[in-house]
Amino acid sequence: MTSIDTPDRRLDGNALAGPLLELFTIDLSAAMATCVHCDGTAPLGEQQLYADAPALVLRCRDCTGVLLRYSADSHSTGIATVRADLSGLRLLVAHVPAAGASR
Amino acid sequence: MSTTTRGFSGRRRQRTDGRLPPGQYDVGDAFPVLSAGPTPRVDLGTWDLTVQGQVDHVARWTWEDFTALPHEDITVDLHCVTAWSKFDTRWRGVSLDTLLEGISPGGSFVSAFCDGGYTTNLPLADLTGGRAWAVDGYGGAPLEPVHGGPVRLLVPHLYLWKSAKWLRGIAVTEHDEPGFWERFGYHGYGDPWREQRYAGG
Amino acid sequence: MSWARAVVRATCPESAGAVRLVLEVDGWSGHVAGQHVDLRLTAEDGYTAWRSYSIASAPQQPLVSLVVQGVDGGEVSPYLISDVQEGDVLELRGPIGGHFVWRAALGGPVQLIAGGSGVVPFLSMLEHHRLAGSDAEVRLLYALRNPQDVLGTGVLGQVGPRVQVTYAYSRSAPPGWQGPTGRLDAGVLAEHVCGPAAAPQTFVCGPTGFVEAVAGALVQLGHVPTSIKTERYGDAA
Repeated sequence: MTSIDTPDRRLDGNALAGPLLELFTIDLSAAMATCVHCDGTAPLGEQQLYADAPALVLRCRDCTGVLLRYSADSHSTGIATVRADLSGLRLLVAHVPAAGASR
Repeated sequence: MSTTTRGFSGRRRQRTDGRLPPGQYDVGDAFPVLSAGPTPRVDLGTWDLTVQGQVDHVARWTWEDFTALPHEDITVDLHCVTAWSKFDTRWRGVSLDTLLEGISPGGSFVSAFCDGGYTTNLPLADLTGGRAWAVDGYGGAPLEPVHGGPVRLLVPHLYLWKSAKWLRGIAVTEHDEPGFWERFGYHGYGDPWREQRYAGG
Repeated sequence: MSWARAVVRATCPESAGAVRLVLEVDGWSGHVAGQHVDLRLTAEDGYTAWRSYSIASAPQQPLVSLVVQGVDGGEVSPYLISDVQEGDVLELRGPIGGHFVWRAALGGPVQLIAGGSGVVPFLSMLEHHRLAGSDAEVRLLYALRNPQDVLGTGVLGQVGPRVQVTYAYSRSAPPGWQGPTGRLDAGVLAEHVCGPAAAPQTFVCGPTGFVEAVAGALVQLGHVPTSIKTERYGDAA
């Protein structure tokens, strides 16, 4: 049970990487995320995730501004509705295998 | 489609006395803490509560003023959009009728605003008629910060996201201005009995 | 990425309040030590619940092991601890995480700091270290309440000479215990972790309050913030 003395239920952005795979094709936990409010930059996996709200809320670890909000609701039809508010991300930089590149 | 997990039912409990809105379950004695951000540290020495926006004059209460206002005990059911409901919760607080008394509003909507930047929008009419309170007590004790203390809004006939935690004021607005969750696609009004979780269905 | 079928091949107690689930996952492409998976449970009426779990097994091992710590009043962990049987099918998404990871090729020194069940991703790293024959210097500082709460005794009991494991007990220590007790404050950390001069890669995993206190104290001790990787476990059940 949470009490006054315990910190907020903050998680790492890492816990958001799984749900984001419903929308994106790559694991974004190591992608660098820049905050629109303060320009602070850190790996998405190291930002702060509030996972107990009506949607997942990722906040900047520097200024606590909202970077991203995300939810996915499954319906009995087998379809899920995904909502993503990316307005708090000024920039997202990920390193991915280049299309057609040989390794 | 997901595969059914043998023997898994979750901890959802139903009730059959007609007090459970559609799509909700009874959370029992638990009181889940939902937060979309850090719990603000509030200094009661500088804390105030205001009614502002489209009004003829701004009303302001310091912590001392607020605690001196007439308080009442309230027992209500809570319905969270994340599907849990909690029954017979006991609160203590000031009716919004008291806070809005003598205000000449220049609009029929409000935006409740909070420490931490949270906002939510409601029709002004839903805050009157003994249906909304600014509460500073829960279960016979001061309201804990994790549940919105020192003061939160309590509008139990709407989904709980409308009952803004860490309330600092009510701004009367001419138009309905979507708040934190409403801008994310949640319903502008949020009636649990009509299952108004999301805008447009 | 879609959810994959994961067949439970074994379930065994890991401590008094935790179990190890050994899973055979359809189409599993391997993982990196430190990564996690999401598990999803679905009730008859379509209700679903999912939770994230760190992988406890090493990438070299063919089956995927998770360690599930029981949480009072939980919804998912009591099911996984008490009800799941060999042969049951769960749904799994992963592996996930490209940040809180360690490969033998990254070398050392490596400092691991665990609070309670936060040790699980480190069990994967230590087993990976052993199976890879790595000569990287690794230290684990493992904070737990009581001696009987320890997870991963198998892995921790057979680490090689390059690995040093230190326990710290916050509630009760074994009789005659000379090691650290109480909270991991700056004093305990200064004494028991690689100093900043050695430029270790530091991983901290545990409950939110633990991770934030430890990371804060490490920075105070002169560790570069970017050398510290954290993973906060919630207390969601």
